[in-house]
Amino acid sequence: MTMLAIWNIDWQVLADATALGAVYALMAVGIGLVFGVLRLVNFAYGQLVMAGAFALALASQWGWPQWAGIVLCFAVVLVLSMLMDRLVFRPLRGHSPAVMLVATFAVAFLLQSIALLWFGPLGKIATSLAYLNRPVTISHVDIRKITIVAVLVAVLCLVALALLLERTTVGLHMRASSMDFQTARMLGVRANRVIGMAVLVSGALAAVVAIMLTVQTPLVTPDFALRDTIIVLAGVVLGGMNRPIPATLGGFAIGFASGLLGGALPTNQSQYLPTFLFAAVILVLLVRPGGVFARGNAVERV
Amino acid sequence: MNGLVVRHLDVRYGGVHAVRDLSFEVAPGEIVGLIGANGAGKSSTLHAIMGVAPATGEVLLGGRSLRGRRPEDVARDGIALVPEGRRIFAELTVEENLRLGLAARRGRGGAGAALRGVYELFPVVEEFRRRQAGALSGGQQQQLAIARALVAEPDILLLDEPSLGLAPTVVDVVFAALAAIRDRGIGVLLVEQRAQRTVAASNRCHVLANGELRVTLGPENADDTETMVAAYFS
Repeated sequence: MTMLAIWNIDWQVLADATALGAVYALMAVGIGLVFGVLRLVNFAYGQLVMAGAFALALASQWGWPQWAGIVLCFAVVLVLSMLMDRLVFRPLRGHSPAVMLVATFAVAFLLQSIALLWFGPLGKIATSLAYLNRPVTISHVDIRKITIVAVLVAVLCLVALALLLERTTVGLHMRASSMDFQTARMLGVRANRVIGMAVLVSGALAAVVAIMLTVQTPLVTPDFALRDTIIVLAGVVLGGMNRPIPATLGGFAIGFASGLLGGALPTNQSQYLPTFLFAAVILVLLVRPGGVFARGNAVERV
Repeated sequence: MNGLVVRHLDVRYGGVHAVRDLSFEVAPGEIVGLIGANGAGKSSTLHAIMGVAPATGEVLLGGRSLRGRRPEDVARDGIALVPEGRRIFAELTVEENLRLGLAARRGRGGAGAALRGVYELFPVVEEFRRRQAGALSGGQQQQLAIARALVAEPDILLLDEPSLGLAPTVVDVVFAALAAIRDRGIGVLLVEQRAQRTVAASNRCHVLANGELRVTLGPENADDTETMVAAYFS
């Protein structure tokens, strides 16, 4: 640990970095799932998380019990995901990826502006799950409960997703569609069903991420999760876009690196954190354009 | 079993007129060939039937129009396509590829019987069912592609150049399978480059050039090279 000690890294920082990596991994899978079937990078993913976070904040403001807040969060994010698919993705399906990307930018800023109008720039505070920030002591190391919860929840979600993709018919259809959508459709795979399922699962993951992030950052503002989304997008590209496992690893890696650097750098330098991260991303992509964890030619086919 | 009727089909991609006023029929239990040079409009015809090419005219299955239907609905109505280049899902197992083919089956149950039916026709597919499909040879992949289309138990089977790039012995296997498929009462529309072979195997064989039907040959014309060459270059 001497080397690490110089860098001001201790077990606590490592634990926090792991938790951030876990949350980012979930976001990466959420973005990757939709990309797989639609070849669409959903830039508005962060605003889904933001909406879920506001739902939690409102629920705690109204004095709702914890479970009701979580249910509301899932309901809001899932409904919003489905609306996004019906109103934006579906009409634009078959257009060029550039058109779709710009459309998701528009949706992102629209949602952010709506949040600004409704809740103001100062935001709201989600307190109902704040107790998870209290530490537990494991062999002389203080670790916040949320760290453990985040890692466990992420593992659980990923295992459930793997079972869905590997063991069910709709999962098989999703995998085939992300490999070759047209052939899958000509075999009778229903496009709307597969895309709807991907959007739904991706939305559920966004809700989970909203819950995890509000524990760590209880102040919910209209730009909540925006920075995280940009970092995760870099991570997804870093890992390799159209496969769940590389995307997950990419998300985890960038979250972990981000947490580690955030803990290691002195406070007056941590504002440069994104600079370091993106410099690293550019460097990696110059060397491996298909992604670090991708096999062969996994470059986006657009 | 339902027959396929194509009437006055036109396919245009922007300024390119790929298929012009094409009409033909495929009845249950017969093989109809579609031959012609590259760019004659053979694949475009298949794509128009599947609903993935911009087309005008009429396509009927069992008297019902398929116009404007989505590809997944055309497949579920009973038309299965073995696409050009096989389009096997290389990263999935052989069995998973077959399960994808089951997506277009009408009605539930009976999947086991459908699988047994194709295993009987293509023993090699059953033998390698646990392998990654990408690890199969070209000929085995072609058999898998046909098997994948057949498990949907279609009325009509469309094949886009199934013999392309295959060794002669494997071509024999494919053509023997087509005869067996026809004998099960399925209507087969076979797009091919191997003209002589296709004319011999088909009940009727239409020769396309420049998107138009030029001449229709019967099995008795299989050795009539002169007529075939004339049709190709007309």
